[in-house]
Amino acid sequence: MELTDKLSILSAAAKYDTACTSSGIDRKGNGGLGNAAACGICHSFSADGRCVSLLKVLQSNACIYDCQYCVNRVSNDTRRAAFTPRELAELTIGFYRRNYIEGLFLSSAVAGSPDATCERMLKTLELLRGEYRFGGYIHAKAIPGADSALIERMGLLCDRMSVNIELPSRQSLQLLAPDKSKEAILRPMGQIGRRITENTADLVRYRHAPRFAPAGQSTQMIVGATPESDFQIMRLAEGLYRKYALKRVFYSAYMPVAENALLPSLDTKPPLLREHRLYQADWLLRFYGFSAGELLDEGSPNLNLYVDPKCSWALAHMDHFPIEINTAPYEELLRVPGIGVRSARRILEARRTGRIPVEGAKKIGVVLKRAQYFLTFSGRMVEGLRISPESVLRALMGEKQAGRFEEQTAGQQLSLFDPPPVTREDIFQCLTGQI
Amino acid sequence: MPDRTDLVYLYDGSFAGFLCCVFDSFYRHELPQTIESFSAYQCSLYPARRIETDPAHSERVWRAIETKLGALAADLVQFGFLTCLEQKERLLLDFLKLGFRVGPQAAHMLQNATVSALDHAVRALRNEAHLLSGFLRFTEVNGMLAAVIGPKNSVLPILREHFSDRFACETFMIFDRTHQLALFHQGGYARIVPVESVRIPRPGKDEKEWEALWKRFHDTIAIEGRLNPRCQMTHCPKRYWGYMTEFGAAEAAPFFAGTEPELIPAGAAAAAYRSPRSIRPPQSGDRM
Repeated sequence: MELTDKLSILSAAAKYDTACTSSGIDRKGNGGLGNAAACGICHSFSADGRCVSLLKVLQSNACIYDCQYCVNRVSNDTRRAAFTPRELAELTIGFYRRNYIEGLFLSSAVAGSPDATCERMLKTLELLRGEYRFGGYIHAKAIPGADSALIERMGLLCDRMSVNIELPSRQSLQLLAPDKSKEAILRPMGQIGRRITENTADLVRYRHAPRFAPAGQSTQMIVGATPESDFQIMRLAEGLYRKYALKRVFYSAYMPVAENALLPSLDTKPPLLREHRLYQADWLLRFYGFSAGELLDEGSPNLNLYVDPKCSWALAHMDHFPIEINTAPYEELLRVPGIGVRSARRILEARRTGRIPVEGAKKIGVVLKRAQYFLTFSGRMVEGLRISPESVLRALMGEKQAGRFEEQTAGQQLSLFDPPPVTREDIFQCLTGQI
Repeated sequence: MPDRTDLVYLYDGSFAGFLCCVFDSFYRHELPQTIESFSAYQCSLYPARRIETDPAHSERVWRAIETKLGALAADLVQFGFLTCLEQKERLLLDFLKLGFRVGPQAAHMLQNATVSALDHAVRALRNEAHLLSGFLRFTEVNGMLAAVIGPKNSVLPILREHFSDRFACETFMIFDRTHQLALFHQGGYARIVPVESVRIPRPGKDEKEWEALWKRFHDTIAIEGRLNPRCQMTHCPKRYWGYMTEFGAAEAAPFFAGTEPELIPAGAAAAAYRSPRSIRPPQSGDRM
């Protein structure tokens, strides 16, 4: 089989893996080829708007498992191929030299047995790091069920490791991926997490201790294939961040790839907006000091699709606002809709040299479109701020969502299945009651 | 109050030259209307003063910046000089005047119009350099890697650090069309040289195959059900597409005209830049 064909088959088989980040580690070049930058570098963007940073391929797509949601399941009639370790190493180096990619994302279907699969991946990594002295980024998937010694070897060769948790609950996993168990997935995750912690301690003692997955560990789950609520998903993610010290949890909107009674039908659209809201909530967990319990609860278990999670939280907690831009601590600034980590830092920086008036906030780069409803400047609101339902709605939702909202509420087609959206009266009352 | 403000300063366009303008401005109590390089200067109603570059002056100013304004402000000045901001020299002079008055906190005065404009421009420069460290594409020609970029800001000094470390064992060249500068790297030495133009031969059969492989990968990795060209353009603006292999740069690129790699130096300026430590700009017929 031609190399081009193999590349087509094995990258098409890997494209549903969401992670393509190359961040988390700064490594100087070794005088040979390659280094790594902690901020991560995107090398291109594909037509679906996702970043292309790593050469994302499977070592092989001949799987022995039959997971219903997966394109590579054994019962699927699709072309099968496998890279030899040498082919894949040369491909990586060739792409890397031309600055097409930041490194390699290596995963594999379980071909033969988990151990054999792992061995083949290890050969590729050893070739790259050894013979080619490749210093670029490598993200490798740990294969659930593989021997712990193999996972150990893999961790020493790559920068980031990941184990896919696949589905957000044990029941769904049992139903759709009968060959995988929650324990088989969590065991390597636990092992990698422990080794990363040990390694951090080792590095303090011995500067040249070999580094184990220095860019950390991540995981991914499919959203929309099974009935879990956003609350369950966020709680799970929160637990994973806490227990396994994960760097990232990725959410992947389910793309129907198979006709199956257990799955949404083939003409279902992927829940892209829901995926987007989950990522926003995920950011709130990691960088903004929110907890899953603050954003959602049993009563309203799903994220609001019209406004972003922070805005939705702020509207429900108008008693916290408005806050004073010149005195509020960093943690409180972060809770203002429209102010992110960067803006908050810049506000702190600018406060060192004087008070911040409204124009000053704009000059330092704080976008007031949404934040203005929640801030005071030396005790005063933005002058001439018109709080009409229309303007508030447009400001808080953004043009696109506001348009969708108008459309839906104009006809008053209330759906039995959707949770009641925020009505414009709600927003208006919240704001006017407070300000 | 400055004694004179009805002046135009002319300098050689180098960073050291600009520092000498700063020196003269302080020394003579003058605040020039504009500061322009010899080559860019057309003519003006104001009398022009030629500022000759004197290493003693520029070093004195630089030392003062580092000690009195701090590292952050020094960075802002150095990077500010690389931006594509109009009248950047005058803005930098304003910033330095402010800096020498208030000290290191100048760099934090984000509400000040000068500092804000400078900070904004420097962020755009850093951002562009970061994007290009990913979007830049090398073509292999006889074992040498060559790339062409068309950035708004002068990003080569930032790219030099990144690529010299990443491709330490490679010989490569990056040609900045906008500013007519070329970065050469060979055997651990990197040098930025002003050039008129660079001509790179058409890629051979092997290179075409690599390009085809990359295009194939790039096309396959997109998920049809999620197509979102708008999002793609937001993250990777179209002005970079003309230089990127996967978007058909190779066919469109007019610089693949020659049959031999060829470098057209930018007259006298190129000679001035050569120093014993610099790598020799490639000559035609060289195996680079």
